[in-house]
Amino acid sequence: MALKMVKGSIDRMFDKNLQDLVRGIRNHKEDEAKYISQCIDEIKQELKQDNIAVKANAVCKLTYLQMLGYDISWAAFNIIEVMSASKFTFKRIGYLAASQSFHEGTDVIMLTTNQIRKDLSSPSQYDTGVALTGLSCFVTPDLARDLANDIMTLMSHTKPYIRKKAVLIMYKVFLKYPESLRPAFPRLKEKLEDPDPGVQSAAVNVICELARRNPKNYLSLAPLFFKLMTSSTNNWVLIKIIKLFGALTPLEPRLGKKLIEPLTNLIHSTSAMSLLYECVNTVIAVLISLSSGMPNHSASIQLCVQKLRILIEDSDQNLKYLGLLAMSKILKTHPKSVQSHKDLILQCLDDKDESIRLRALDLLYGMVSKKNLMEIVKKLMTHVDKAEGTTYRDELLTKIIDICSQSNYQYITNFEWYISILVELTRLEGTRHGHLIAAQMLDVAIRVKAIRKFAVSQMSALLDSAHLLASSTQRNGICEVLYAAAWICGEFSEHLQEPHHTLEAMLRPRVTTLPGHIQAVYVQNVVKLYASILQQKEQAREAEGAQAVTQLMVDRLPQFVQSADLEVQERASCILQLVKHIQKLQAKDVPVAEEVSALFAGELNPVAPKAQKKVPVPEGLDLDAWINEPLSDSESEDERPRAVFHEEEQRRPKHRPSEADEEELARRREARKQEQANNPFYIKSSPSPQKRYQDTPGVEHIPVVQIDLSVPLKVPGLPMSDQYVKLEEERRHRQKLEKDKRRKKRKEKEKKGKRRHSSLPTESDEDIAPAQQVDIVTEEMPENALPSDEDDKDPNDPYRALDIDLDKPLADSEKLPIQKHRNTETSKSPEKDVPMVEKKSKKPKKKKKKKKKKKKKKKKKKKKK
Amino acid sequence: MIKFFLMVNKQGQTRLSKYYEHVDINKRTLLETEVIKSCLSRSNEQCSFIEYKDFKLIYRQYAALFIVVGVNDTENEMAIYEFIHNFVEVLDEYFSRVSELDIMFNLDKVHIILDEMVLNGCIVETNRARILA
Repeated sequence: MALKMVKGSIDRMFDKNLQDLVRGIRNHKEDEAKYISQCIDEIKQELKQDNIAVKANAVCKLTYLQMLGYDISWAAFNIIEVMSASKFTFKRIGYLAASQSFHEGTDVIMLTTNQIRKDLSSPSQYDTGVALTGLSCFVTPDLARDLANDIMTLMSHTKPYIRKKAVLIMYKVFLKYPESLRPAFPRLKEKLEDPDPGVQSAAVNVICELARRNPKNYLSLAPLFFKLMTSSTNNWVLIKIIKLFGALTPLEPRLGKKLIEPLTNLIHSTSAMSLLYECVNTVIAVLISLSSGMPNHSASIQLCVQKLRILIEDSDQNLKYLGLLAMSKILKTHPKSVQSHKDLILQCLDDKDESIRLRALDLLYGMVSKKNLMEIVKKLMTHVDKAEGTTYRDELLTKIIDICSQSNYQYITNFEWYISILVELTRLEGTRHGHLIAAQMLDVAIRVKAIRKFAVSQMSALLDSAHLLASSTQRNGICEVLYAAAWICGEFSEHLQEPHHTLEAMLRPRVTTLPGHIQAVYVQNVVKLYASILQQKEQAREAEGAQAVTQLMVDRLPQFVQSADLEVQERASCILQLVKHIQKLQAKDVPVAEEVSALFAGELNPVAPKAQKKVPVPEGLDLDAWINEPLSDSESEDERPRAVFHEEEQRRPKHRPSEADEEELARRREARKQEQANNPFYIKSSPSPQKRYQDTPGVEHIPVVQIDLSVPLKVPGLPMSDQYVKLEEERRHRQKLEKDKRRKKRKEKEKKGKRRHSSLPTESDEDIAPAQQVDIVTEEMPENALPSDEDDKDPNDPYRALDIDLDKPLADSEKLPIQKHRNTETSKSPEKDVPMVEKKSKKPKKKKKKKKKKKKKKKKKKKKK
Repeated sequence: MIKFFLMVNKQGQTRLSKYYEHVDINKRTLLETEVIKSCLSRSNEQCSFIEYKDFKLIYRQYAALFIVVGVNDTENEMAIYEFIHNFVEVLDEYFSRVSELDIMFNLDKVHIILDEMVLNGCIVETNRARILA
């Protein structure tokens, strides 16, 4: 025994402590992994020893290794052992390791409950402190429930050091165990008035975090915070309080009014940038809530904007960033005050720093108007060309599209220009937003009827271009645009100049290298084109031309039939059969064109994104009823699969002949809808073109606006968008002249007695009439459905659970469960019960007392059993 | 709320890491490498606030060491920026002219100081004298 101990102590001399470990790792730079695994073995040995100092040392090293990325969860039990050490330094190490590595999944956390409780009630404040600190990192709902009561009592500890920590940890406890919020809340309120500033700021912190999520529960505390704000000098606390007010003001406008005065004082007086920033933020929040009718607050807004401008002009990048961030908040409610600083923001766009550029872009989003949209986008396009890295470029792209498409294309006056911009964007390489561009093209083409001809000509040029096909391997790449191009050409094929040429372009062999979903669209639209060509040829009585086209289809479609993608294969084979059938009919000189074009009759309109959810369930349909008998035996299951395949084979030969049936069409429609619903590349958030859900022709026929195209639109290849800027200016100039003429005429007709406002020298936005109107503005929904946003909230949000009304008095059921140890306390309990009983009854009769005592003793005895 | 606090040197080695919300161990190293990459790629003139996934990174460079703090959207960036500086000043006072080696060899002490200042993601104490007491 003695020898073992001596041997043990000699061994200990050679143990490495943390510093040796670190030194060793630094020395072993080449074979670090090997050295570390060696050390881990040594640590495992050390952990097996009984000596607590050794174990603590080992755990200390483990913490370091964990930071480097090695998993130490196998040592969880040992960490708990170290946590239970009596010496403070060891205990500290144990808790540190626990806080770094324990999480909700660690099983041994239950073992810690008692240990933590002991530490929390220990006389030494350091023990308690370290337990509280460590606890915050790994508290679980069970731990929270068990320890909530203890922590609450600690909030009233004599030492402020402990109080501070207890207050802060209550926040974590609240998150994990929301029922503890109500009982603990009064104590928390008391802490706000604690004499020690540390405790006070801790309480402020916690309430700020709570209030940010559920502000309405904390309105009653507002006057208290107000007092704190005016009296405190600690900047950190002030920032938190001001932030809290920012969260509260939307609910209580009067509060906002009171706040403006002290906040503006602070803005003028403070030298701390962070405080200034926070005050400005809150003033903005206040003004947003008061924005309905407070003209005299424009002075405050001006002040804010002024200060922000100073921030933005500062050379320090951080301040610039913050200034831009705050400006974008003002922008939402007071866009006019920000508009005057447009030059500054455009300057920021040229900044070297990417974060600043991104912020400036955000600001631009709100600052566009009909007049400056073109210039801004032109500037952005030059940036796009200059941008080196792809992430910034992608961001620019999305922003350009966002800016242009906001509020239903409100700011676009010339859609041709927009389409040419989109086409220019397709020239970008290596972008991940091909589907965005595609979606935009589709959207514009569908909604703006007047632009369809132009769009179609552009798209056919795109279909010809070879380089897009070359980059077809990338996901979401530019080849997505071909999706849109094919669809537009197919759907609006009546506008095509040379449909035959386009048809050939779509049937080229290289098309088979495109991704599956694009090929599917190609195949579908080839048929639409074919239909329109047939129509043309038959009207011109060119039978050979019609047959030649049919032959072309028959020749080229088989390459799609062999595709690996299921959708493409299916569509191609269906269509091939159809075309062969048509060929036979053509050989007999039967006019087929009418029937073929009947396949694609009707217009496709955009459907609202939530339309699917809003479809009312038809009467008599029970969605929860079983469709088939639930499978009972396993034997019948084995037999069924075989039978299924048999039936399928019999069914297949029957399917082919019935091509042009109504059922077939309905099936295809369903399949298309399914495919679009399941297709991850199909954007559902923006209105997507889908077939009408109900077959009744309920389309509102919005009148098509006649555009006055002053310049003939012969566009050779892909046009430059610059010419549109000039066009636009000319057009507006002409419009203005016309209006002035009209006004003059009106003035002459007018009687002299009336006064008139002098005609405004500058045009406002409303005067500029767009060259093409957006025709289809509303989206389709099932009947009587209302657009609503109910389904957006996440049901698992932990913060929702904290949305509790705190003003109601505490019910008995809500008091925290106070755990009692049965064994140690049962002997005490009858004595405890007696004084309680005495208090309850005013005039205790001796007999009753004895009876009660006996009853309670009996109850305890029963419990013991 | 502070999500994490990292001290990483220019070579990408983590000197100190403290997470206030649980993150898986393998994801941690990934996170750290990505964070340090984005911080290293910025020059001196660029601002110290980066947006990364769904939180913001606020970093400051001291010689060869980067201190990076990840916060969620609701925090005041300037305040955290000042806090980083405050923390470094505290370390300076404790270790009398702190260097990277000091931090490496006394990791547990640095952790404890950090714990005094930040608890559960909230800044608790910023007074140097009280922290070091």
